[in-house]
Amino acid sequence: MSEPLLEVDRLGVEFVTRHGDLRALDGVSFSMAQGEILGLVGESGAGKSLTGRAIIGLIDQPGRICGGTITFEGRRIDNLRSADLRKLRGKRIGTIFQDPLTSLDPLQRIGDQLVETIRAHLPLNAAQAREKAIALLGEVGLPAAADRMRAWPHEFSGGMRQRVVIALALACDPSLLIADEPTTALDVSVQAQIIALLRRLARAHNASVLLVTHDMGVIAEAADRVAVMYAGRVVEIGPVADVIARPWHPYSRGLMGSIPSLREEVDRLTQIPGAMPRIGARPEGCAYAPRCPKAEPRCRMAAPPMIEAGPRAAACIVEPAP
Amino acid sequence: MSRAILSVQNARRLFDVSKPWLERRLSGEGRRYVHAVEEISLDILAGETLGLVGESGSGKSTLGRMTVGLLAPTAGHIAFEGGEVAEAARAGRLQMIFQDPFASLNPRWKVVDIVGEPLLARGGGGDVKQRVAELLTLVGLSPVDGEKYPHEFSGGQRQRIAIARAIAGEPDFIVADEPTSALDVSVQAQILNLLRDLQRRLGLTMLFITHNLAVIRHMADRVGVMYLGRLVEIAPTRELFAAPRHPYTRMLIEAIPDPHAPKRDRAPISGEIPSPIDPPPGCAFHPRCPLAFDRCRRELPKLIGGVACHAVDEVEPRTASPGG
Amino acid sequence: MNRLRRILGSDLLWSFTRSPGAMIAATVAFGLCLCALFAPLIAPQNPFDLASLDLMDARDPPVWLSGGDHRFLLGSDSQGRDILSAIFFGARISIGVSLASVALALVIGVSLGLVAGYFGGRVEAIVMRAADVQLTFPAILTALLINGAARAVLGPGRVAGSEFWVLVISIGLSFWVQYARTVRASTLVERHKDYVAAARLIGASAPRIMFTHVLPNVLGPVLVIATINLALAIITEATLSFLGVGLPPSQPSLGTLVRTGNDYLMSGEWWIVFFPGVALAALALSVNIIGDWLRDALNPRLR
Repeated sequence: MSEPLLEVDRLGVEFVTRHGDLRALDGVSFSMAQGEILGLVGESGAGKSLTGRAIIGLIDQPGRICGGTITFEGRRIDNLRSADLRKLRGKRIGTIFQDPLTSLDPLQRIGDQLVETIRAHLPLNAAQAREKAIALLGEVGLPAAADRMRAWPHEFSGGMRQRVVIALALACDPSLLIADEPTTALDVSVQAQIIALLRRLARAHNASVLLVTHDMGVIAEAADRVAVMYAGRVVEIGPVADVIARPWHPYSRGLMGSIPSLREEVDRLTQIPGAMPRIGARPEGCAYAPRCPKAEPRCRMAAPPMIEAGPRAAACIVEPAP
Repeated sequence: MSRAILSVQNARRLFDVSKPWLERRLSGEGRRYVHAVEEISLDILAGETLGLVGESGSGKSTLGRMTVGLLAPTAGHIAFEGGEVAEAARAGRLQMIFQDPFASLNPRWKVVDIVGEPLLARGGGGDVKQRVAELLTLVGLSPVDGEKYPHEFSGGQRQRIAIARAIAGEPDFIVADEPTSALDVSVQAQILNLLRDLQRRLGLTMLFITHNLAVIRHMADRVGVMYLGRLVEIAPTRELFAAPRHPYTRMLIEAIPDPHAPKRDRAPISGEIPSPIDPPPGCAFHPRCPLAFDRCRRELPKLIGGVACHAVDEVEPRTASPGG
Repeated sequence: MNRLRRILGSDLLWSFTRSPGAMIAATVAFGLCLCALFAPLIAPQNPFDLASLDLMDARDPPVWLSGGDHRFLLGSDSQGRDILSAIFFGARISIGVSLASVALALVIGVSLGLVAGYFGGRVEAIVMRAADVQLTFPAILTALLINGAARAVLGPGRVAGSEFWVLVISIGLSFWVQYARTVRASTLVERHKDYVAAARLIGASAPRIMFTHVLPNVLGPVLVIATINLALAIITEATLSFLGVGLPPSQPSLGTLVRTGNDYLMSGEWWIVFFPGVALAALALSVNIIGDWLRDALNPRLR
């Protein structure tokens, strides 16, 4: 692997509240190669969305980055001024959010939004920008793209809107897409279309995708590698097929076992007792230890480091590498 | 085969979504209705779990609410053990578990009052506190949790409270409407296991509604598939997943990403779900159906032998086994 | 005990200790309320005890001006009444009227709003149209109207002595609309929540659902309106009294004091109107500030 496109190193994010500073992300590290689709999976509150937002500098108050570095295309971006970040966001990093309605301006025609985005970042005149916009809409699978330029967001169905959002995200040929639960608000039959589209376009544009989702199925379909997050840390990272077929970290194993399968019957699903600790109530040591069937006293002493084995890594000091 | 405990006959439910009278007059528009449920007939057998699966706008939740009497059918009839649903509901024999455990528990009430309400409503004076403590233990909570308020619990724990409330009045029939959709997967497994255990222990009949095919496969004895307000296929779970007959069922099963058996780059279902205000004529699925032919655009297919599809009707009778 | 701990640990108290405006306002309002409540005990003089009044003491200026009398801290009026004592007793009446009228408006408005929101249909249409019609008149006009009607019905003989309740009814009836509209709007939201459906499945009756399930969940905004309305009611009472349709000079509220003192403004005895006016403004303003703070503190979107 050559120079990684994105390198997140020991990233920490905390929220300043009256109860003190709460660590939401604690030493999150991973890197992405050019053209790679990395899935970021975890339960609500694990910090997966926050990681995505931290990369593009969109952490809501009172949150702030409190440690670590984010390196993108060879330069640090975690300490950029907001104006520079904004430039980067539109041009080099595209974003796709769960609810397409929040990404589209309801009072502006689809075409105008696209043309405006393109012209803000690329040196094109109005006619050229329009041409590119139509091409993009065609690429994301909107039939009769030229006619759709004058449509309003509310005239589109959820799936169509998400297609437009993808077109917007791709408008300036970014090298990285951050897709935060891009299919969660959609019906299953439409979900499959959007996953396929995202995969195809990322390949065609040679863009990397950070795919944030809670749905292991979506990850399995779309991602090349997956990072499993738990309580603000990455607990396992590796090629999708490996992590799914032979999960290493006990949490990943529990997670996989708790997902009912379409193809096989089980009498009881594996269940992980309890729930993920809330942000202010995370235990010392391995945050998963209280729920873990394999936990030993030493697990509770210090946060386990990532142990590497080939392309895989997991933060567990008990389980041997598979 | 056991007897039908709940019987739905030609049930139909419309929702009036017309604009206000004056606006209608000015624009010359007529009234508009959402056709949430259209002429559905089905029986739920005593002791079984019937799964209802469908995407948004399929009418599965509306049908679920009709079976417990929260919504009245616009036309048709629903009978519980031969009597009126409303009557059975008043007697506390029908209960429901809702999707959002944050909205289904009154935030201003203590857990002991929430779970105890059905007991008090049925005049079960006695020791309500004692009984609530038993119920909380049964669903995997601690009796001391009774003194807390709902906001002190996580989503999964709240759903346990909702389950305790649902079984408190010892109902015969429970509708579970997307009970795990708002929960994380690891918690979902806990709730699904709990529901299955309780159902077996208490001999409950259950209508389990979800959009998640894997969940329904895990939970249901029989599955009904709904599309735009109509039942398009109904079959025993194993049969339905082994040999889905309706083209929509097949595509749906095909479309679900399954981490246990991932498939890449397959052809997804084309198109999106039409508006239930103005469903397509004939078979509502025909605009997205690869098998659609002329008759599908004109004529509504009837549910015959567990499937409502002209293409299946014309091809299958010679090949498929009758019944289903 | 448990409840106390919850209140002390609550976000509300936390936000209170962090807003100096609300703290000052609360101190002023609380102080005035204490003075009003214990007026008979702490006032230097009972202004209604005619025997204690001496016309020789009339129109004394405040104590720090030449000619001031140490018995009359803020001066005295034309009857030799101590202004400070009059303010204490006047605040007592002003606060009493506004509390009672807000309570009346609350009961009427909340009940009508709940019923309208829960049942919908024709009931809702009638209640809300009535509310709309009333909203087209300013509240003070409605209060004047009801006041006039009550006086006409009762006749001048019987009004004497029941002015307090006439005022309460006229102010109360002119303020119910806001509660009804707010409660109806929140009820419309709440009645579609699943905890209401669950209560219906248990077989709870409509009144039971409305009052034990829905009501506690719609009271938050009502509390805010009630606080802000308290200030409005104080002003409305003062206005009515100032216009001469409120409380008589024998039973003066702050508004009545301002009205009677107004006559002496031109003759240089400014203190007779100034200090009751200041007390009135301080009371209304501080209650209003508390209401504003409460609205912001309870609004989860602003938190």
